[in-house]
Amino acid sequence: MAKKQTNDDTSQINTMNSIPKTYKNYINGEFPRTESGRYYSVEALDGKHIANVGLSTRKDIRNAVQAARKAQASWANKTAYNRGQIIYRIAEILSGRREQFTNEMVLLGYTKEAAELELNACIELIVYFAGWTDKIGQVFGSVNPVASDHFNFSRQEPVGVVGILSPETPSLLGMLGLLLPNMVAGNSQVIIASKQFPLPSCTFAEVLATSDVPAGTVNIITGLKSELIPPISQHMDVDVLVGDHSLDIELRVMCELESASNMKKVYFWESFISLEELNSSPNETISTCVHSLKDPYHILHLQEVKTTWHPISE
Amino acid sequence: MIDRIPIDAVGIQERVARICTRSIKKESKLQALDLALRMMDLTTLEGSDSEGKVRQLCNKALHPYTELPNIPSVAAVCVYPNRVALAKSILKNSSISIASVATAFPSGMSSLQIKLDDVKFAVSEGADEIDMVISRGAFLSGEYAKVYDEIALIKEVCGTAHLKVILETGELGSLENVRMASDLAMKAGADFIKTSTGKISPSATMPVVLVMLQAIRDFHETTGRKIGMKPAGGIRSSKQAIQYLVMVKETLGNDWLDPSLFRFGASSLANDVLMQWVKEKTGRYQSLNYFSND
Amino acid sequence: MSEKNLSDQSTRSNQASISIDWSYADAPESTSHVTFSKHYGLFIDGSFTEYNENQSFESINPTNGESLYRCTEANKSDVDAAVTAARKAFKGTWGTTSGTQRSHYLYRIARMLQERAREFAVLESMDGGKPIRESRDIDIPLAAAYFFYYAGWADKLAYAFPGKSPKPLGVCAQIIPWNFPLLMLAWKIAPALACGNTVVLKPAETTSLTALKFCELLHDVGLPDGVVNIVTGAAKTGEYLVQHPDIDKIAFTGSTGVGKVIQQSIAERQLPATFELGGKGAFILFDDAALNEAVEGIVNAIFFNQGHVCCAGSRLLVQEGVAEKVIDLLKKRMQHLIVGDPLDKNTDIGAVNSKEQLETIQRYVKTGIQEGATCFECSGSLPTSGYYFPPTILTGVSQSSTVVQEEIFGPVLTIQTFRTTDEAIEKANNTPYGLANGIWTDKGSKIFYVGSKLKSGVVWSNTYNKFDPTSPFGGFKESGKGREGGISGLHAYVKLDHNGGMY
Repeated sequence: MAKKQTNDDTSQINTMNSIPKTYKNYINGEFPRTESGRYYSVEALDGKHIANVGLSTRKDIRNAVQAARKAQASWANKTAYNRGQIIYRIAEILSGRREQFTNEMVLLGYTKEAAELELNACIELIVYFAGWTDKIGQVFGSVNPVASDHFNFSRQEPVGVVGILSPETPSLLGMLGLLLPNMVAGNSQVIIASKQFPLPSCTFAEVLATSDVPAGTVNIITGLKSELIPPISQHMDVDVLVGDHSLDIELRVMCELESASNMKKVYFWESFISLEELNSSPNETISTCVHSLKDPYHILHLQEVKTTWHPISE
Repeated sequence: MIDRIPIDAVGIQERVARICTRSIKKESKLQALDLALRMMDLTTLEGSDSEGKVRQLCNKALHPYTELPNIPSVAAVCVYPNRVALAKSILKNSSISIASVATAFPSGMSSLQIKLDDVKFAVSEGADEIDMVISRGAFLSGEYAKVYDEIALIKEVCGTAHLKVILETGELGSLENVRMASDLAMKAGADFIKTSTGKISPSATMPVVLVMLQAIRDFHETTGRKIGMKPAGGIRSSKQAIQYLVMVKETLGNDWLDPSLFRFGASSLANDVLMQWVKEKTGRYQSLNYFSND
Repeated sequence: MSEKNLSDQSTRSNQASISIDWSYADAPESTSHVTFSKHYGLFIDGSFTEYNENQSFESINPTNGESLYRCTEANKSDVDAAVTAARKAFKGTWGTTSGTQRSHYLYRIARMLQERAREFAVLESMDGGKPIRESRDIDIPLAAAYFFYYAGWADKLAYAFPGKSPKPLGVCAQIIPWNFPLLMLAWKIAPALACGNTVVLKPAETTSLTALKFCELLHDVGLPDGVVNIVTGAAKTGEYLVQHPDIDKIAFTGSTGVGKVIQQSIAERQLPATFELGGKGAFILFDDAALNEAVEGIVNAIFFNQGHVCCAGSRLLVQEGVAEKVIDLLKKRMQHLIVGDPLDKNTDIGAVNSKEQLETIQRYVKTGIQEGATCFECSGSLPTSGYYFPPTILTGVSQSSTVVQEEIFGPVLTIQTFRTTDEAIEKANNTPYGLANGIWTDKGSKIFYVGSKLKSGVVWSNTYNKFDPTSPFGGFKESGKGREGGISGLHAYVKLDHNGGMY
């Protein structure tokens, strides 16, 4: 009798030894579900169900923008050195969770090699941008030799709240490529994750939550771009939209059109790469991608130039 | 009438930061805790202050902590005018003063006559000290003579009660304004200048207190008169209280380290000081369970 | 309006005043967690050489005059071994390391320095005499910040040199002084490594400890062998280093006298060299300044770090109308300065770095008095053992007084008055030095006007002795050539084309 019980016990333990995660949004430093309660199923290439992910709505966008706006001033007021250290710490934390990410990517259809290369590239990109916070002003700011007795200087300042429309692939590198210059610029963000490959972005929220990034600075939500782009592009308290050319042309046009509501700046960068390209020649595609992402001009786009005059006299 | 003194806020912050690096340990810490208690104005200023509430506060003032002998008395209790008589009846045989807020506290938004009557009432009920508020609206619109005259008239009706002038520094907008208001109040007859009503945020902060102490120092230099200082509101920990004492010592010297010239307007500070005291004596960190919760 | 006096207060107020004399008990920093060796070899090619008693010298703890540890005096062949190791690393491992990889090493150094900050701070104070509060709150955090800042440049150099493809120079010989030992090491090593160079560095002979401890860090970080080499020693070792035929660059921070000697000795070699030398900064205080903050600024400018600061504001030029008030406020402030054991957390002014320096300071003050100056010292007591000098001000001096002309390098301030803005500028510039000056006024336009006319590499307005890795620092005239910090700090460590670099 006793022996049978033990067998049952061990077999019960074996089948329940993994506790799959519920993937949620990341807003204001917390992990709420979408207000709508709707979800979509994320599947592996062979159709196997991997996870249920929220189909967020305009209300989630509303909440995320509110959180971003509240957090933006204090993020911008930190010293450049402090922001640089915080961004560097994201790399430290991501580095420690390497396997968690590569496993998710493989489930989604990456080859193991491509997953590891992409993750290394992500870490490298984070460290790269961490080093720009206290230098971007030196390279692109100026003291202007005006033809009068005035000290005149130009500095870059953050724009405010930015809506980030993540590319479909690369799932994490693509999102970081749009996120990092923004953080350096001193802005706060509302990110709409890749629809097809949302998991690394959701898990990245955990990295943000455990680094020293203040709550609300970065917000990540999942869902359909066709449902989420209308509210975010119309939102009067969003200052910039960034995305890439892989976004449907109608949605891109909508962004441009709706930006007139409050004169948002809208930027669409060159297309990122497809999963096929990534898997077939990971080394080459990742390094080309990283090379084009390591660009401080992306930061400039996300800042305002303020020029100040002051008299020089006894 | 009052000169504008330039003040560099960054410089003030740096001096404050350096003061906060002072490490006060051992016997100097015990001395500081003793001082802090003796300088305390235990305060209750709520619309909901019933007689029972005030009674409780007065009892706490008389018996802060019965476990240890030789705990000194606090300097005063601070209440609304209609509770002065009650407080007086409980504390009349002790060395603890009765301070009353007055002049349409906390806003000061009433007629001069009402404000004067408010003071007269409190004094007639037995208040030893009056804590008045200045007219911030008038100050911010540059009506300095009006602010000055009000203070002078209120001082007259105080009689022998001493007058603390609350500047409500959290509404004044800049350290230079704090300095100007301090100079104005002292010239008009204040015995003490006080930071805040405790009803708005921010209340007392270290940069503001440093500026006010500098004003007191300079006033003493020119007139020979020693005016007292009272930071009020927002001081909850012994650590903060001790930092203020360092600031007083290094700006004004040992003379001002005395309840006749320096007070803390606080309520929860008392228990924290007592807890620190017991910790210094016994070596153990304390729990609020062992200190009366009035 | 009735006059209120104290006796009225006590009749209806609380108990009688008991005035107390409240002083601060000692608050010693704990040293139990700190370890260091009694004997050190040289750090060459990734490891320490074996210590040899016959080739050693002692380092004195200035708080008690006793020997703290002994280290090796590098001789000519030691220096040669170090340069050889640096050359090998430059040609080999380091030369092929990408900017990205270099940045990752430098970030790790910064992070580890932050992790071990308290240990380094305690050692810095024990070795050099500066108060623990300064090493804890300024020296060590700032050193980490310089590594962090330059780490970020390593893979971005093209943006610092538009139109050029910057390349490293090679092996850099670096000599640093004793007033901010670890910080000066960071100022030298961080930009050099960021640009792809390798380094042979000689710390000052009275303060080798944190540099040697730093080598442990390099080992933990896994920096390739030979990239950084530390050769301890005195003037002779410095000479061997500077004269070595296989170095590509010299960076020297120290006295103007030695700087000139080095400049002469390398004349025939066309070697790029940068110098951070002495200074005699003017602290210009206008009558419309925020006076209280200015007085605190004076304390920062000349008394902290015992005045061992090349950019110290050692000459107060105060506008005549406020001179008396300022001097009075200053004297009052000085009474609260605590001169004492560097390891006590309340100490404001620590020990003078060495017996020699103490004697130099004493000599200058004596000369000053002989030339007619009036001397006022802060009244606090001095410790009975070790090398200490109280904060001192000298009034009744003039532009031609020795104490106004020459750099004292101690906590001694000379005070002169001026009447007009132009007079202040003239007096400030009337010196062969040109490192730093300070302007104190409430008027912005005056700051820009005076700032544009002062002949110094650094102008501080309504502040003093502020340092930041992004902010270039260096002197005009005999205070040196070259800048450290910011983009300018990179200029000294790259070759831009076949014509060479900037120096």
